[in-house]
Amino acid sequence: MRLFLTQFRRDLLIAIRSRSDAANPLVFFVLATLLLGLGAATELTPGVIWVLALFANVLAVEGVFRRDHDDGTLEQLLIHAQPLFPAVMGKLAAHWALSGLPVAVLSPVAAMMLVGTTTGAGVLMMTLCIGTLALTLLGAIGSALTVATGRGGLLVAILVLPFYVPVLIFGAGASTAAMLGEPVAFQLLALSALLAGCLTAAPFAVGKALAISQEY
Amino acid sequence: MTMGWIKTTFHKAGSPRWFFAGSRRWVIGLYVVGALLIVAGSTWGLGFVPPERLQGNSVRILFIHAPAAHLAEAIYVAIAIAGFVFLVWRMKMADMLIQAAAPIGLVVTVVALATGIIWGIPTWGTGWVWDARTVSTLLLAFLFFGLVALREAIGRPDRASRAVALLALVGVVNIPIIKYSVDWFATLHQPPSIEIGKKPAIAAVFLWPLAINVLGFYCFVAGVVIAALRARIVEREAGAQWVRDWVMKS
Repeated sequence: MRLFLTQFRRDLLIAIRSRSDAANPLVFFVLATLLLGLGAATELTPGVIWVLALFANVLAVEGVFRRDHDDGTLEQLLIHAQPLFPAVMGKLAAHWALSGLPVAVLSPVAAMMLVGTTTGAGVLMMTLCIGTLALTLLGAIGSALTVATGRGGLLVAILVLPFYVPVLIFGAGASTAAMLGEPVAFQLLALSALLAGCLTAAPFAVGKALAISQEY
Repeated sequence: MTMGWIKTTFHKAGSPRWFFAGSRRWVIGLYVVGALLIVAGSTWGLGFVPPERLQGNSVRILFIHAPAAHLAEAIYVAIAIAGFVFLVWRMKMADMLIQAAAPIGLVVTVVALATGIIWGIPTWGTGWVWDARTVSTLLLAFLFFGLVALREAIGRPDRASRAVALLALVGVVNIPIIKYSVDWFATLHQPPSIEIGKKPAIAAVFLWPLAINVLGFYCFVAGVVIAALRARIVEREAGAQWVRDWVMKS
């Protein structure tokens, strides 16, 4: 727990002090909303907002280990953090707090702009909270695998987007159902189950991937 | 007694040199058997099976489509098992198998998708539907592509091998989840017609050529994979004395 908190606080501080890094995912999300609204010029479903949040997520998660890899902190982390699990969780939680969470909080505004109604916006926000955390955990595996190559970018997107599909299906499904006033319990439960699975399994895969990329 | 035999084979198969020496006969054998079966099954399926009551003649493409789709998943599972073996026991051969099989898996998946689209246009009235098995087959193609792309991206071979093995393993955990989620999302694709332990929901006239073709595809692609594996062995072991001897001899 102490490892988790230390890592969480450290990453949050670093991100906040380099202001633009912290704001980038959110700014991208808003910009993409604007472009989509202008490009589509018609009312959309909340599923579209989910896709935007997903793209913002994959772009952000690509660099989650970049800085620490470049200055050698990642290597130190692998040496001293035993077990690795809480440290990885702390890192990803901090990352999510500045990428997934603000996007989720702002999603009702995007819903108002693109969908034209805020009906079911609460459910949209909730699914995005749960869903982007799961996406961050999954995406971190791809990010960790490619961090040492120096060229993540599109490669990370190609590696992890197929794994994002289940989260997208249940998240977008619940949001659209909520907008139409249909029951959403099943999708929410399925989404939470996916998150539970990611929480327990993904950090191990991330740890292993980091160890491979740093050659331990 | 049997355990000892399995153990010996396991260790022998782990040795590139032993595998290379013994596998030539296998490649030829699998090519011949596979080609014969595919020719027999396809001739039967394409030329002699009566048109299906509802699908007409377009049913015939299933004799190519179903084996390819089936095989694509089998190749991915084989790759994932090889990934596990490589991560746990660091067997070089397992890694070479992944490297050899991934592009072949991609091609087989594309064949399954292409034949599916061609079949879908007259039968479903559309080449593409958002249903469980079409989507998961398309995603399977991306997973194969990811395995190839990741290895290309990581310059150092030893590191690339382990990263790809881990990705393959993560992928196999996700395949059933992807499949069930898409299954729930929408399904137009007919449920599996042939399930183990159940009476097949497909007429015997169609079943036989299909079974022959499935077997033929398995044999033939196994031959292709082993041939690709042999090429990898020569490439990776290029510095070894036995490879030099082999090159000199042939």
